[in-house]
Amino acid sequence: MAEPVLDIRGVSKSFGALRATDDVTLTLVPGEIHALIGPNGAGKSTLIALICGGLRPDAGSIHFRGQEISGLSVAQRARLGLGRSFQISSLIPEYSARRNVMLAVQARLGHPYRFFRNVQRDAGLTGPAMEYLARVGLERRAHILASELSHGERRRLEIATALALEPAAFLFDEPMAGMGAEGARELIGFLDELRREAPILLVEHDMDAVFALADRISVLANGRIIASGSVHDIRNDPEVRRAYLGEEGA
Amino acid sequence: MADARRETIVNIVLAVALFVVPAVAYVIDEPFFITLATRVAILALAGVGLNLALGLGGMVSFGHAAFFGLGGYVAGVLAHHAFSGTPVFWGIPGTNQMIIIWIVAIVLSGMLAAIIGALSLRTSGIFFIMITLAFAQMLFFFTLSWPAYGGEDGLPIFVRNQFPGLNTMRIWELFLLSYAVLMIAILLFRMVRNARFGAALMAIRQNPDRAAALGISPFGVKLAAFALSGMITGLAGAMMADLTRFVSPAMLAWQMSGELIVIIILGGVGRLFGPVAGAGILVAFEVFFGGITEHWQFWLGLVLLGVVLFARGGLIGLIAGRDRHG
Ligand SMILES: Nc1ncnc2c1ncn2[C@@H]1O[C@H](COP(=O)(O)OP(=O)(O)O)[C@@H](O)[C@H]1O
Ligand SMILES: [Mg+2]
Repeated sequence: MAEPVLDIRGVSKSFGALRATDDVTLTLVPGEIHALIGPNGAGKSTLIALICGGLRPDAGSIHFRGQEISGLSVAQRARLGLGRSFQISSLIPEYSARRNVMLAVQARLGHPYRFFRNVQRDAGLTGPAMEYLARVGLERRAHILASELSHGERRRLEIATALALEPAAFLFDEPMAGMGAEGARELIGFLDELRREAPILLVEHDMDAVFALADRISVLANGRIIASGSVHDIRNDPEVRRAYLGEEGA
Repeated sequence: MADARRETIVNIVLAVALFVVPAVAYVIDEPFFITLATRVAILALAGVGLNLALGLGGMVSFGHAAFFGLGGYVAGVLAHHAFSGTPVFWGIPGTNQMIIIWIVAIVLSGMLAAIIGALSLRTSGIFFIMITLAFAQMLFFFTLSWPAYGGEDGLPIFVRNQFPGLNTMRIWELFLLSYAVLMIAILLFRMVRNARFGAALMAIRQNPDRAAALGISPFGVKLAAFALSGMITGLAGAMMADLTRFVSPAMLAWQMSGELIVIIILGGVGRLFGPVAGAGILVAFEVFFGGITEHWQFWLGLVLLGVVLFARGGLIGLIAGRDRHG
């Protein structure tokens, strides 16, 4: 197997008495979609926050592109190439769709301490921004404020900003949530292609999407990884069926 | 984008009005109104500084009087030593040249803002308000108990500091200078707002977690904005000292910080000409209602309450609608 882009070893995190992340070991290798599933409250979002830097682990190590990143800030990790989408859409509400993506392009291009040039007339920002919007089908909504987009459009805008970072790994936390059947199907096709640009750690509730896309699946329950393997392995794992799939009726 | 056009028109009207009123006063020889217009211009300049931190960055500083007062004392102290021919310290002489005074005021205010910012920007909301207030109060009490420069009596500037090519003792010429500096500061504000730095700063105000997830460090950007903000307000303080030819601890009092916030809210938070509108309203209240009743601040408070409750965008917002950065 290729050298992992993201290498998480023995990571734990407690909130008081609650072990939200319990000795988790996980890797993400180039070209793959690694799906992370588990019931509500299993600790999926907590794990994403530990990787992105919103939370600090109590124990364990997180290597990204060969570098230990546990001590870095959220912004530093993003600059190293972690491209993240949030479970609850987290955009700049008073910026248009285009400006949201422009901000991501600007962040990738370098430091923000430029005081002179008008961004709206900066083709180095507007041009790429329109391309990323086109890739998620939002080019006609470019000038609508993020706060005025529909829920599904906001989810797509989240993806467009993640694309604009040209990251070394994508972390998507429930990107399909509330998208509708049609939107979800489109997104599945999209992510299927996207894995060639950078590997994807995908937290998702939609089992059809997970089974269609994942190269590997890890199952989280009560903060622990209870199973990890191919789609076939996970579908036939008795413990998983009992702990999770059975419960969901799948 | 009809709203944007309307805002441009409002801005032009404000810029022209602030020039025409004292010009007419000059022609009909009513220097009082020129002094008032100069006061509006300088307060607006201080407001442009605060608007950068508060309007664009969402940093509600209740301590900007510290920078205003520091700028004022730079002008007062340097002029004092120039007048008496004594060194400030270590043989450094005073000066009565505004350009040098302004540079010193800008540099020191920027440094002070960087220090206060570094110590307070990890907090937000009410804590940030209280910490900035606490720093300003510390400096306020320091000037109060510093006898070398007048203590609570303040420090007069006997002869107004000089600017090459102008006679600053003539109020009309001092107005022209203040007006020009204000317009340059407004252009600078506009440039910064429209540039990548402004894009990052306004994004951080709306959603700091998002900005960080994109790789933009909220702390660094806010600190730079706070320092720049302090520089502009400090410059305004130096100019105000020359207008009134007097500096005193009152320049650093919390009421001054409050006045600057009031200016921003009345005019329109984050709006380009908001500080001009706000300073105009404030000075108008001070003069016209101050002549009728001692309680003019009560009426100003009522207006402020009305703005906060019914016209969140201030005067500019009332006329030109919501601010858009699409
Ligand atoms: N900041 C926090 N403080 C305390 N408890 C938290 C915090 N964040 C998450 N938790 C708890 O940790 C557990 C895992 O939550 P989360 O990671 O959001 O689960 P998931 O995303 O899998 O639904 C839940 O029991 C949740 O209540
Ligand atoms: Mg979650």
